[in-house]
Amino acid sequence: MNTHIVSAFDEELAELRKLIAQMGGLAEDQFAKSIDAISQSDKRLAEKVIAADDKIDRLEKDLEERAIKLIARRQPMAADLRAIIVAIRISSDLERIGDLAKNIAKRTLAVDEPLPRSVNAGMSRMAELAMEQLSDVLDAYARLDVDKAQDVWVKDSRIDQLYNSVFRELLTYMMEDARTIGMCTHLLFGAKNIERIGDHTTNIAENIHYLVTGGPPLGERPKEDSTSVTTVETPAR
Amino acid sequence: MDATALVMPERFETVVTPAQPAIMKQQKPKIVTRDVTVHYGEKQAIYPLNIEIPDRAVSAFIGPSGCGKSTFLRCINRMNDTIDTCRVGGAIEINGQSIYSPDIDVVELRARVGMVFQKPNPFPKSIFENIAYGPRIHGLATSKTDLEEIVVNSLKRAGLFEEVKDRLQSPGTGLSGGQQQRLCIARAIAVNPEIILMDEPCSALDPIATARIEELIDELRENYCIVIVTHSMQQAARVSQLTAFFHLGTLVEVGDTEAMFTNPQERRTQDYIMGRFG
Repeated sequence: MNTHIVSAFDEELAELRKLIAQMGGLAEDQFAKSIDAISQSDKRLAEKVIAADDKIDRLEKDLEERAIKLIARRQPMAADLRAIIVAIRISSDLERIGDLAKNIAKRTLAVDEPLPRSVNAGMSRMAELAMEQLSDVLDAYARLDVDKAQDVWVKDSRIDQLYNSVFRELLTYMMEDARTIGMCTHLLFGAKNIERIGDHTTNIAENIHYLVTGGPPLGERPKEDSTSVTTVETPAR
Repeated sequence: MDATALVMPERFETVVTPAQPAIMKQQKPKIVTRDVTVHYGEKQAIYPLNIEIPDRAVSAFIGPSGCGKSTFLRCINRMNDTIDTCRVGGAIEINGQSIYSPDIDVVELRARVGMVFQKPNPFPKSIFENIAYGPRIHGLATSKTDLEEIVVNSLKRAGLFEEVKDRLQSPGTGLSGGQQQRLCIARAIAVNPEIILMDEPCSALDPIATARIEELIDELRENYCIVIVTHSMQQAARVSQLTAFFHLGTLVEVGDTEAMFTNPQERRTQDYIMGRFG
């Protein structure tokens, strides 16, 4: 695309993109560390993650202020307008991802025993997929790669499927041994947080699609998360 | 402007955004053109231009200076006839009737197609006379009370009556710029036009007077087909339902205003409205 006649406008738009890149990097980092913390019961690392969340929040505020000023001063149109609106939306998704990572870290502090091995494996796999998705979507944003964004959007169902199985497994543990309820509940929320990170990632993918094509958001995404209707039968006494 | 942009366009097809503009589904086309061309002597100012302009709506023409938007606007009431070297080709129809056919009375046409200019140009007469003049020469008033009624109604519709009702006999040129422009709009609507053409009607006005005119345009579209040429993208976005983008004498893209300002299809439109080098 051609540059603006007013070159400061280009610089201001580039600044927004840079802030998103920074926020994205931080969110990835926070998320990875929170998973390390919970899977290895590393409380010190968890504390660090909790303390660092503030940085993403501040970047989001900064981006929002700049975006508002840009709209007020430049009256952006067409692709420029979309770029600014999308930057605001993506920054809010990244900020939420940061919050969810912080929440996973907090749960590390609440869980005192080592995690059941298969649950740990399931959650780690979920997290791995979610991290890959997040990294891909940030890449798609940086390159304005709409195909890659679409790919991320479709692939979210894999995280949902894993979440379903982790959910069932945790329910079963709780049924079998009431002493695990405390830990399992925290893990359940931890897994839910990862699943939510996946959802925010697909939001970002949808916004990239809008940014590039200007068309309406992608259609209804196939939802594979069935935990809201999942029950496990009580074992006979 | 890059070099390629200065090469004469090879095709004159206009992109329509979206393929079927919503406003054209709601309103009948009032003005339809077929391959309209305009030459000033040897120089071609407009290349074959095809557009449908909806009734009871505001259509905005945008584009850089010299793109042909004002030239085209002036074809719609045959103002270009007054320029000796100007030749207009193709067909322009209003209500399905060709306005360049020999049996058209140009004076009557200009009563049906009113015009408001960039600089307010009231006659050097009283406020009352400014408005009464048109209806009188077109024989629209049968009595003095009739004429008074037309004057008052026109001023009311132009949103000026309350401000001038106590000084209808004072000169129109004594009003403020924004009031003068509303006086010109009142003058245009006094002769019951079907179409109002506005050539940058707010470019000489401050933001408050501009907002008043825009409010007025929004009200007038209930009853008239309005075509406005503007250099302010924001104004086009605010007041119009249909936007047409002109560039180097061609109509590049036309479509629903919302679509044109959020997601235009043509790169030249994009570059222009976003203020990028085109």
